[in-house]
Amino acid sequence: MSEQTFEPGSQAAPTAVAPRSSSPLLTVEGLAKHFPVKQGAFGTKALVRAVDGVDFSVDRGETLGLVGESGCGKTTTGRMVVKLLEATAGKIVFEGRDITRFNRSQMRALRHDLQIIFQDPYSSLNPRHTVGKIVAMPLQVNGINPPGGVKKRVQELLETVGLNPEHYNRYPHEFSGGQRQRIGIARALALRPKLIVADEPVSALDVSIQAQVINLLRDLQREFDLAFVFIAHDLAVVRHFCQRIGVMYLGKMVEIGDRHQIYEEPAHPYTRALLSAVPDVTKIGEKGRERIRLEGDVPTPLNPPSGCRFRTRCWKAQPKCAEVEPPLLQIGTGQQVACHFPETGPIA
Amino acid sequence: MTATASSAATSEVQDDRPYLEVDDLRVQFKTEDGIVRAVDGISFKLERGRTLGIVGESGSGKSVTSLTVLGLHNMARTRVTGSVRVNGREIVGLDEEKVRRMRGRDMAMIFQDPLSALHPYYTIGRQIAEAYLVHHPGQKAKAKRRAIEMLDRVGIPQPQRRYDSYPHEFSGGMRQRAMIAMALVNDPSLLIADEPTTALDVTVQAQILDLLDDLQREFNSAIIMITHDLGVVSRVANDVMVMYGGHAIEFGSVDQVLTEPQHPYTWGLLQSVPSLRGNAEDDLDPIPGSPPSLINLPSGCAFHPRCAYRMIGGGPCDLEVPELLPTAQEGHVVACHLPENERRRIFAEEIKLGAE
Repeated sequence: MSEQTFEPGSQAAPTAVAPRSSSPLLTVEGLAKHFPVKQGAFGTKALVRAVDGVDFSVDRGETLGLVGESGCGKTTTGRMVVKLLEATAGKIVFEGRDITRFNRSQMRALRHDLQIIFQDPYSSLNPRHTVGKIVAMPLQVNGINPPGGVKKRVQELLETVGLNPEHYNRYPHEFSGGQRQRIGIARALALRPKLIVADEPVSALDVSIQAQVINLLRDLQREFDLAFVFIAHDLAVVRHFCQRIGVMYLGKMVEIGDRHQIYEEPAHPYTRALLSAVPDVTKIGEKGRERIRLEGDVPTPLNPPSGCRFRTRCWKAQPKCAEVEPPLLQIGTGQQVACHFPETGPIA
Repeated sequence: MTATASSAATSEVQDDRPYLEVDDLRVQFKTEDGIVRAVDGISFKLERGRTLGIVGESGSGKSVTSLTVLGLHNMARTRVTGSVRVNGREIVGLDEEKVRRMRGRDMAMIFQDPLSALHPYYTIGRQIAEAYLVHHPGQKAKAKRRAIEMLDRVGIPQPQRRYDSYPHEFSGGMRQRAMIAMALVNDPSLLIADEPTTALDVTVQAQILDLLDDLQREFNSAIIMITHDLGVVSRVANDVMVMYGGHAIEFGSVDQVLTEPQHPYTWGLLQSVPSLRGNAEDDLDPIPGSPPSLINLPSGCAFHPRCAYRMIGGGPCDLEVPELLPTAQEGHVVACHLPENERRRIFAEEIKLGAE
């Protein structure tokens, strides 16, 4: 394809965010979260750098996937975006307003537009509340009385997510895992948000139910022009749901691009390793295929490697990788990559 | 008699018959809501050096099958009929103490959640050594050597030092490896892995699957891999059994079941799974409804309420439980009332899998 414009170290600007037509719905700049911990017998203070300077943006109606291994900071990032966690540093801009230091009452107004769906459909619903009460809660908390009354609105919502509106008075334990996740989705939709952060929304579900919920989320996304930050470890699910994908490693964004760029022509060695590790039914009969074997575990975020954080597991690592941290830069194929020696060409 | 190439470390091997034979296994237990028929007539055989993948959703009976093979079910509350022969020895009805003595060496298990399978109070090394001592009483020094060797074998760095670590000091992937080390310390001839990689990242999952491959080659073990992940099955299994509502509904080689499946439920599973290939814009094709309750299974074929191809009007689908019957291909059996040529036609014409 086109010539590669990437030249290692030649550009100083760390994140040249590609210009877009309209201003994005959400912009995140240099976002960081450091957790103080006590270490060892003397209780020495240390910092877990869970998220360490992440930039991305989400347009209206766009679905951004965040993928990476456990401990890469994808969940922490999602929680900071909806302000369930206070950011240590950086900026979160939603619809042109800097919401990074919004207090509770300021956030309450913002909850209309910004919602979250949790991973665990068992612990995220109050077992003592009926489904009607659970889904109505966001409306009541925000003092909204929709035309036709709260009950009618809740029943519409239940119908939207494929539940029987007559189950209004039932309790969460009367529903299966997939149905509970639908209740969580109905609750997130109650205020007609513009952006939903979905943290592993289908990973606790059975295969056949997972497909139902993914289809539901896709339908809702199109119908209401919802934007999503979709956090998941299942790369095939993310490919199916997201238009753009950010790959995180140890608190950093290492590659971000559209579906084709990430899945067909990934440039970061880590992205290639992740994809190659996925066992895929369609790969049957290709057992001899070369797989990239990553050695070892993700290093501890207490003391991340110098320079490029992936270098300790990277087969392409050079001395430079330990010295200079690679900035996230746009390359010829269009995606942004943080690597001194990016890969080129389609994956095998 | 003629001891072939199988490893010497195991108890006397009968080479003329499969290592594991399960025949018409039925497991029921009583609950407040009624009798749960968790496994309802399962039969299969597994030879050493082979891997059987058992696929199914929650409540399909896949885990109960494996717990019964290991004799880990609650004997007081469970009714088990049929036969499970491990290395020629009948497990069903065998004295609990005798089953316990077989466990670890004749058969061992890897669980999904290493945190609940490892004791938080004892060091990793001590727990592995203890598993060795059960079968080699009194050999304490050797047990420690062996535990360190196993930790090294499963790829834990600095095994000498890690021997004295506690489970909470290990990462998730390392704990899983430590548990595998514990399961393998007595060179078991049959290894049952129940969703061993579900909680792990794909990179660690790949490491663990490679490790199981290597160990199988080395010890010629038989492996049962229980999972809902068809990708994992396609990667490791020789044979596949698909379970639904306590029944096996399709069984065959991995190629037969995953590339030429004949049961509508297997079609549904394959179509539900998002893939790294194919058009990502296409909607997934999920199976409608949810898996049935094992207390109150639908009549006839348990899958018929969710089946798009059930015979409408007068068909046996909602009346008779279909038997597992052979297909034209040797070793491939399917429990479906649809005639085979009709199943082949539907699969060829209507079922699109991610690969296309």
